Amino acid sequence: MQENVLDIALLTLQVAGSATLLGALIGVPLGTLLGLSEFRGKAAVRVLTFTLYGFPPVVAGLLVFTLLSREGLLGDLGWLFTVRAMVLSQLILVVPLITGLTMTAVDGLDPALKETALSLGADRRQYLTTLALEARTGILASVMVGFGRAIAEVGGVIIVGGNIKYHTRTLTTAIVQEVRMGNLDYALNLGALLILMALGIYLLLYQLQEAGRK
Amino acid sequence: MVENVAFATKTIALGITALLFLVTLSTGCVDDDDTLILVIATTTSTYDSGLLDEVLPVFEKGHSVTVKVVAVGTGQALEMGRSGDADVLLVHARAAELELMGQGYGLERREVMYNQFLVAGPDDDPANLTGAGNITTAFTRIHDDEAAFTSRGDDSGTHKREQELWEAAGYDYDTELDTEATEEWYLQTGQGMGATLTIANEKDAYVLVDEGTWYARADDLDHLRVAFSGDPLLFNQYGVIAVNHTSRPDDNERPALEFVEWLSSTEGQQLIGDFTMNGRQLFTPNYTPG
Repeated sequence: MQENVLDIALLTLQVAGSATLLGALIGVPLGTLLGLSEFRGKAAVRVLTFTLYGFPPVVAGLLVFTLLSREGLLGDLGWLFTVRAMVLSQLILVVPLITGLTMTAVDGLDPALKETALSLGADRRQYLTTLALEARTGILASVMVGFGRAIAEVGGVIIVGGNIKYHTRTLTTAIVQEVRMGNLDYALNLGALLILMALGIYLLLYQLQEAGRK
Repeated sequence: MVENVAFATKTIALGITALLFLVTLSTGCVDDDDTLILVIATTTSTYDSGLLDEVLPVFEKGHSVTVKVVAVGTGQALEMGRSGDADVLLVHARAAELELMGQGYGLERREVMYNQFLVAGPDDDPANLTGAGNITTAFTRIHDDEAAFTSRGDDSGTHKREQELWEAAGYDYDTELDTEATEEWYLQTGQGMGATLTIANEKDAYVLVDEGTWYARADDLDHLRVAFSGDPLLFNQYGVIAVNHTSRPDDNERPALEFVEWLSSTEGQQLIGDFTMNGRQLFTPNYTPG
């Protein structure tokens, strides 16, 4: 019996969505802070972040697996082969992207704007919030890219999730399995569904971005 | 909004077209090298045992061909035979192999070696498989106790055998195992033997595994040990098939047939029997002409 495709699609959304949301909660403030602060070694931080854009998903999965395995540091949590492990593995990929792109977006703001905010007597918190709002189009774009990386990824989630039917099977891990089983047509259909889902999500986010521009 | 949708649709259509174009290109690729490339599709269980690394260099040396091994699921291996993407298949799924031969996709099929399946399980053997006596009792105990069991769940040779064993134990596989009602203890990985063993080891679960993969991996599987072995129903026969490239003239049919011939020859059979892992013979050659 095939697992209901809808359940697999929903789990895919749940995992990538959670990773993106958590990634944004970490990456947006961090990126804003880094983008607006001047400190020694900023260039190095930037290059490091950019390098992490290309962090291999399988390595992220491997790291999380080692951490969560029963012999691992966090083995007692019992998270291996659960949705939490999958979110954690994708988080490693998403955080650098959102941080780096947010940093770039904030960096690109008009310097006059920064000075105005300061001269109006904004405290540090107000200052960061104001500028983050000004850079919202770029920041939203960073979140969209992060989501794209998460939902398309398979190398990490298959290692830490295990592709277990009714538990941790996502569209991408199901595609890997169907290809291995020789069911190329079915795998292609799953691929089409994944792309359609991404299209839906992005249309929604695009609307949001357009609305935010006004 | 409408323009956006139209634009997005167009972009996607373009993207897919470009992708298809690339796929078409890549299937037309040929190696520049003059030596013939023989593609063997085999199951992950055979590949993980290391047997092919041992015997293939000997074959390559004697026949001036380069062999490429693709380790896939049984389903994909058979599909690669049908599509002509592989020249030789080395699998263990007798019924499916005979079906493929019957459909005319194979030139020659020989049974070349066998080993056994066994059930590995957690150290404390919660379902008491050690005292089960035969495999059907063992499977019944797992089911009655709802003891954690990891299944390949991928229609591989191993998974097909597992389904037969459940049926032999009196269960209807589709309604009593492969159902959401058993999801708490019957875990289907949909992955290869190696990954499934790793999951069993982490989850303290029973697992059906072929001897070859088991003895190649047993050292890293700290939480598993052999829970049950030794039953005629666990016999695991491997077959080798030279693929019939029906749709196009193909130079690879000759070396494919040579490989089948060689693996069943005295030399090939000897090499199979001599192959050991951690001091243990993993496959027994059993080709009988006729």
